Amino acid sequence: MNLILTIAWTHVRYRARQTLVAIAGVMTGVGFSIMMAAMMEGSQDDFIQTLVNALPHISVTDELREPNRQPADIRYAAAEFHGLTPEVRRPGIKNPMATIASLQTWVPGALTPSVQSKAVLRFAGRNITVSIVGIDPRTEAEVSNLATHMRQGSLHSLYRASNAILLGDRLASKIGARVNSNITLASAEGANMSATVVGTFHSGFRMTDETTGYVLLKTAQVLEKQTGVVNEIRVRTRDPMEARLISERIGEQTGYRSISWQEAQEDLLSAITVRNVLMYTIVGAILLVASFGTYNIISTITHEKTRDIAILKSLGFRDRTIRTIFICEALLVGLVGAALGWIFGYLLTRGLASLEFKTPFSDYNHLPVIYSVKHYLLATAVALASSFVAGYFPARAAARVHPVDIIRGAT
Amino acid sequence: MSMPLIEARRVTKILGGVVPVTLVRDIDLKIMPREFIAITGPSGSGKSSLLYLLGLLDLPTDGDVLIDGRSTTAMTEDERAEVRLARLGFVFQFHFLLPEFSITENVALPMRAQGRLSPRAILTRAEELLGSLGLGDHRRKTPDQLSGGQRQRVAVARALANDPPVILADEPTGSLDSVSTAQVFGILRDLVALDGKTVVAVTHDLNLAAQMHRRIHVVDGQVQKDATAAADGHAPA
Repeated sequence: MNLILTIAWTHVRYRARQTLVAIAGVMTGVGFSIMMAAMMEGSQDDFIQTLVNALPHISVTDELREPNRQPADIRYAAAEFHGLTPEVRRPGIKNPMATIASLQTWVPGALTPSVQSKAVLRFAGRNITVSIVGIDPRTEAEVSNLATHMRQGSLHSLYRASNAILLGDRLASKIGARVNSNITLASAEGANMSATVVGTFHSGFRMTDETTGYVLLKTAQVLEKQTGVVNEIRVRTRDPMEARLISERIGEQTGYRSISWQEAQEDLLSAITVRNVLMYTIVGAILLVASFGTYNIISTITHEKTRDIAILKSLGFRDRTIRTIFICEALLVGLVGAALGWIFGYLLTRGLASLEFKTPFSDYNHLPVIYSVKHYLLATAVALASSFVAGYFPARAAARVHPVDIIRGAT
Repeated sequence: MSMPLIEARRVTKILGGVVPVTLVRDIDLKIMPREFIAITGPSGSGKSSLLYLLGLLDLPTDGDVLIDGRSTTAMTEDERAEVRLARLGFVFQFHFLLPEFSITENVALPMRAQGRLSPRAILTRAEELLGSLGLGDHRRKTPDQLSGGQRQRVAVARALANDPPVILADEPTGSLDSVSTAQVFGILRDLVALDGKTVVAVTHDLNLAAQMHRRIHVVDGQVQKDATAAADGHAPA
């Protein structure tokens, strides 16, 4: 073995108890860091995944990017008009199918038209305000997971009856409706229709499952009293992370308001960033505290070994060699602690993942965790860096020992 | 005439502080090959300080120490360490062996630090040195399993590890009984007589000093007397 490692190993081996305590400190720090990172990033990934799956990656609505210019503005070069009734704009996206066809030429992903509407659902004497989404069952499966969320019936069940509707399972059970039940929908536009429940779905999101119903596009258009209207184009991009850029391009091309899922959930995503900063600060703090143990052991060894250091220097050992010996000791503690911390962290993560939690907001009852090599490497890097710092200062002090002072003191 | 192995030129060492203390003042000295030199003097006279200056363990406040004709004042600490490792061997009053290592490993340390020999050659040489000093049967033992005299012999073996031309010894027999003293002194004497080494030893023991070729008597940090055995009427051993 290399001379430096031989001496370093001998020093830590002969201080077995203190060394083990220091190693245990690093191990605990690394273990908890790994567990925490696994839990935080796991829940973050799960959250984003759910978000990405639940929402269209990009939603193009019929709102214009800039307010419509009024006819008087176009005709007269006046600075200000008063008392004019603004021209009413017909809701919906103009030429939706042509727009979709045009976007399909370059958008990497799938697009589908839809109609968003609000209605009051009446059944068995109960009135509940619900969101009605008009969809095209042929393309819906390409942009959302609705098809996989079906509990009863399927997307194509919407073709089974005129005015067919798919209800969220919670909504159905709340009003006591079943498949084939006839319900009444009354829209804000004054349209009333009788509809047949042809299936139920369960998205896992309480809000969606309690307040949403899916109908065919034309049914929703009837409710909106706008034949042929499409007020939203939903897009699912191949890479969800590119949604923001694609959304900007769509907005520029169509002139309509185009919102990516990142923009729609900006508050939540910025909260995740803050959460990550907090997480890494805490993980850093844990490892820093663990490094105090390393500092303690290396400091003690340095102090106890002052005479040996003096004698090594008198033999001709360089300052750098002396410094390296003690830094190696610290790194040895850090490395062994980190290696044990991997096992500890893995077991902690497994344990945490097996715990069950009940949450009213979703169906998931296990903490989502992620097993990532990155976490292990990051915790090890921080542990080694703090071990290095913890060892450096005592090592530097050791290298500065003046042999004559020690030899003279000993004699 | 051959070049001095070590030469002190007007070497002065003053310890700074509120009241500066002069340890060594204006010493001129030449240490030639194959000399067996005793540095004597009362306690606090500066003899150990002089030895540390000659051995590059300490830096003079003024003057210069030359090793093999090379000035060491301007050397970096690393260069001085290199000279110590290759050209000088140290034996102190206390053995100063590393307690966790076997005596073979202790002897091997300077050779491993120098890194010129293979691990096998280092082991062979360490065992040979220990064997030549009568410690062949103890080579696997740690220092605490040996007597004081045996430990000091291990220290001598370690000083000889890199085959330096000069051995500097600071009271090498100061903590030994008379039998061990005789053994260790005999070894040092043989190093000069048989191996052609130069030995410079600080000692309080005037009987031992009388058996050495040259005696440098230091008082108040200055050389009061520097005499060879023939000059002051003593017969060297």
